[in-house]
Amino acid sequence: MSVESEDTWLPGGHQVNAAFGQYKVSTRRGIELALLMGAWLIGVFAWVLVDVTTQSTSLAGWTSLLSAGLLLVLAHLAVRWQAPYADPVLLPCVALLNMLGLAMIHRLDIANSVRAVANGSPIPTPDVYLQLTWMVIGLILFIATIVTVSDHRVLARFTFTSGFVGVGLLFLPLVPGIGNVVNGGRLWISVLGFTFQPGELAKLALTIFFAGFLVQRRHALATVSRKVAGLEFPRARNVGPLLLLWLVALLVLVLEHDLGTSLLLFGLFTVMLYVASGRRSWAAISSVLLLVGGSAAYHAFGHVRIRFSVWIDPFSQASGDGFQIVQSLYGLANGGLFGTGWGQGYPQLVPFAKTDFITSALGEELGLVGLSAILMIYVIVIERGARAAIGTRDAFGNLLAIGLTTVLGLQTFIVIGGVTRLIPLTGLTTPFLSYGGSSLVANYLIIALLIRISHSARAPQELAEGAITTVSMP
Amino acid sequence: MMRQMNRVTGALIFLILLLIANVSYIQVFEAKQLRSEPGNQRVLLNEYSRQRGPILVGSKSIAYSAETSDALKYLRTYPEGSAYAAVTGFYSQVYGATALEQSENDILAGNDSRFFVNRLQQLLANRKPAGGAIRLTINAAAQQAAMRGLAGRTGAVVAIDPTTGALLALASSPSFDPNLLSSHDPNSMQTTYDKLMNDPQQPTLNRALAMALPPGSTFKLVTAAAALESGRYSMHSVLPGPARIKLPQSSHYLNNWTGAACGPNNKTTLAHALAISCNTAFAWLGMKLGAEALRSQAKKFGFDSSFTVPMTAADSHFPSNLDQAQTAMSAIGQFDVKATALQMAMVSASIANGGVTMSPYLVSQILGPDLNTLQNAAPIAFGRSVSAKNATTLQSMMMDVVNSGTGSNAKIFGVKVGGKTGTAQNAPGSPAHAWFTGWAKSGSTRVAVAVVLQNGGGAREISGNGLAAPIARAVMRAALGQ
Repeated sequence: MSVESEDTWLPGGHQVNAAFGQYKVSTRRGIELALLMGAWLIGVFAWVLVDVTTQSTSLAGWTSLLSAGLLLVLAHLAVRWQAPYADPVLLPCVALLNMLGLAMIHRLDIANSVRAVANGSPIPTPDVYLQLTWMVIGLILFIATIVTVSDHRVLARFTFTSGFVGVGLLFLPLVPGIGNVVNGGRLWISVLGFTFQPGELAKLALTIFFAGFLVQRRHALATVSRKVAGLEFPRARNVGPLLLLWLVALLVLVLEHDLGTSLLLFGLFTVMLYVASGRRSWAAISSVLLLVGGSAAYHAFGHVRIRFSVWIDPFSQASGDGFQIVQSLYGLANGGLFGTGWGQGYPQLVPFAKTDFITSALGEELGLVGLSAILMIYVIVIERGARAAIGTRDAFGNLLAIGLTTVLGLQTFIVIGGVTRLIPLTGLTTPFLSYGGSSLVANYLIIALLIRISHSARAPQELAEGAITTVSMP
Repeated sequence: MMRQMNRVTGALIFLILLLIANVSYIQVFEAKQLRSEPGNQRVLLNEYSRQRGPILVGSKSIAYSAETSDALKYLRTYPEGSAYAAVTGFYSQVYGATALEQSENDILAGNDSRFFVNRLQQLLANRKPAGGAIRLTINAAAQQAAMRGLAGRTGAVVAIDPTTGALLALASSPSFDPNLLSSHDPNSMQTTYDKLMNDPQQPTLNRALAMALPPGSTFKLVTAAAALESGRYSMHSVLPGPARIKLPQSSHYLNNWTGAACGPNNKTTLAHALAISCNTAFAWLGMKLGAEALRSQAKKFGFDSSFTVPMTAADSHFPSNLDQAQTAMSAIGQFDVKATALQMAMVSASIANGGVTMSPYLVSQILGPDLNTLQNAAPIAFGRSVSAKNATTLQSMMMDVVNSGTGSNAKIFGVKVGGKTGTAQNAPGSPAHAWFTGWAKSGSTRVAVAVVLQNGGGAREISGNGLAAPIARAVMRAALGQ
C-alpha cells in the first residue's frame, strides 16, 4: 500500500503545483477501489481455503460473498459521489477485517457442524450468513450516513438528543420484557425475535454527545483553579460532568455486569475531556476515579473478583473459571509463529470463539504473523482516524473524530488484551472481526463518520469554507 | 488541541503495539511451555491428526501409522508384534507413549526443530505436516535370535557393536503386543492395559535397560581388569584359591561353587581363576585391591553413570562404605552390586574394543517425512576402561573361559569368542539369576552381548553356561551374519 509519499503532500492532502502556484487536489478514489477489491479478494481466498482444508464442498456462500463485494463497491461509489476527498485507506482496512472475520466465522460454523455430526445432534444453523446479512445492513447504513450527513458539523445540533439517546440505549436492556441476560451480562434486548446489543450504538451516540458538550464547555474546563504537585486542577464545579459519567459507567457495571462497556465509556470520556481541555489534571482525576470505582467494584462484586483472580493465575482454575482464557492461550500457542493454516487448528475448543475470542481463533490459524498483520490494520485505522481528527478545521470535528478513533482503538485493546491475558478479561466484541450485528453496524457508522470528517479535512479550502457558512453552530 | 490529539493517537497506537508484543511473547516464547501443560488437548489432537513417522530397522518399518476411516485419522501399527516392544514401546491415546515412541516423540510427531524447512514447505502448501522417521541400529537377525532364545523365559538380551556402541539387539521377555494398546477401541485397550499392569511377570518392564540385578560372577571381569590395571598382577599371577575362605569380621565362609579348591595346593593363577570362576581367589583379590579400586574400575566401564539410548537406562551401581567382607562379596558381583544387561554388555564391548568404552545408542539416523536423511548418529566414546595391553590380556583370558572354562556353550566354530558366565544369588531360597556376557570377532565384524535370565537357573554356576550362553551364542552368530 505504498500510495503516499508524504513529502509532496501538505496536511489535508493538498499538493502544491509549483509551476502554476495552484492547488491540484487528488481524490485518490481509484486507490480506494483497488484496495477495497484487494480486501474482498483476500476474504474470498480465505473462505475458499477454509472450504478446501476442511473438505466442505459447499460453496453455498458464494452469492452472499458476491453481494458483500457488490455492497462494498456501492459504498465506494457513495464515498466517491458524496465525500470524494475522503481518506482512501479507512474503508478498505475495515472491509478486510470484516472479510477475515467472516472467513473465521464460516470456519467455526464448519467445526460446529462436524462436531454435531459426530455427536449425532442436529446440525446448528450457520452463523456466517446472518453475519453477512448484518454486513450488508451495516454497509447500507454506511452509505445512508455518507449520503445524508453531508457535513459532520450538523451532528453538533443533536448534542443533547444524542446524549439522551445514548444513555437510553445503554440502559435499554434493563427494561423488563425486552432485556435479555446472556452469559451473566444484561446487555441484550430482544424485539420480535431479533437480539440486539444497544450498548454498541450507545457508544456512538455518546461520542457525539461528548464532542458537542465539550466543545461548548472547553474554555470553562480549561480554567485553572489551583496547582497541586505540578498539576493544574480544574474548578470543582467543572468536575461535575466527569463525576456524572463516572456514575453512569459504574451503573452499567452494577446493573448490567458489563465490565467492558463500562471501562470503554469511562476511558473514552477521559480522553475527550483531556483533548478538549488540554489539561493533564483531568487524566489524573480520571485515573483516581477509575481506581476508586475499580476497587469498589472488586470488593462489591464476585464476578469482578473472579475476573481478576483468573487474570492473575488462570492455570490453577483451568477447568473452571479460567477455562476460556486458558483455552485461548493454548490456541495461540498452537498457532505459534506461522499458524496452523485456515481450517487446520482447533479454534472451536475456545468458548465464544466467534465473538469475544475470535482473536485467539485467528492467532491459532494464522499464527503470530497473521495476527500481527491484523493488529497492524488496527494501527492504520487509528492513524487514519487521528489524521482526520487533526486535519479537520473545526473543534467539534476534531473532538468527534478523535473520540470515534478512541472508541475503536480502546475497544480493540480492551477485548484483545483481555483474551490474550494482557489485562483482565472483560466482554466486548472485536471491531469488525467478531460475530455480532449490533457491533458491526455501529462500527460501520463510526467509519462512515470518520470518512465524512476526513473528507472535510482533505477537501480544498474553498470547498470546506463554503460549507462552514451554511452551518451554524448550536 | 493538536498536541493532545497527537498524544492520544500515540497512546492508542502504543496500546496496539503492546498487544503485538504480548502475542509475540505468547506465541513464540511462552508457546513451548503452554504446549506442555497437562490439560492442553491440542497437543494430542495434533499428534493424531498428522501421520506419525515410522520406526525403521534396515528398510523395514517396525512401527508405522496406517490411515483409517475413524475420527482419529491414523492407527499406529506394529507389524512384528511383540518382537520389538522393548525398543518401540507403545503409543496409546489413553496411556501415552513409552520407550522410543516417547523419547523420540518430537521427531516422530514432526515437532522437532530440524523439520523447520519441511514444515515451512508444508505450510506454504497448506498441508498438515507429517512426522519424521528414525532408523535404528538394531540388527533384525540378532533381535530375532534374542527373542527366540528368550521365548518362555524371563530375562533380557543386549547386543552391542563394540567399536561404535550401536545397539544390535535389545530384547526383554516376557513381552507384549503394542498393537493392542494403540488400538482405537478404548474398551479392549483398557482390558489389555489392566491385564499387562496386573501381570506379576511385568511384561511392560524393559528388563534390558530398566532392571539392575546382581551381576554375579560376570563382575569378576571388572575385578580382573582392576587387578591388571593396578600393575601388581598379571594373568599369570598366583592367587590363593582354597575351597572356602572365612570372611573377615564375620563368622561366614565363602565357598567355591564346585566345593573344591581352584588348583593344586590351594593355589591358582588369575587367568585360571577367571576361566573356572573361582570365588575364593576373586574375593581375596577384591580385598587386596580394596573397594576404592573396584569402584573406580567399575565406573570406567559405565557403572554409576546414566545412559540415554535415548531411553534412559537404570544406573548400574557399585556400593559404597564397604567393610572387608562386603568388599570380598562385591568383588564376585554379590552383596549390593547391581548391573543392567546393558552395562554387562558394555563391559565385554569395552574389552573387545581395546579398552575404549563407547556410549550405547539405538537411533542411527533421523529422517524427514520424505525419508531424506536429516542427521546421522555420531558414535561417542564414554572413556577408557583399561589400557590396550590389558584389554588384549583380558580378551585372551575371556577366550580361555569359552575354550576351556565355564563358558563352553558359547563356542562358535571358526570365530574368536570370549565370555564370562555368572550366577547371582538373589534372595535365599529363590533361584539365582543366570548371566552370560561376551564378545565375538569374525574378520572386522565384532559383537558384544549380555544375557540375563531372571531367577532362571539353579544355584550352580552351570546355569550361566547352560542357559544363558547358548542364547548369547545364537545372537552373536546372527550379528556376525552366520
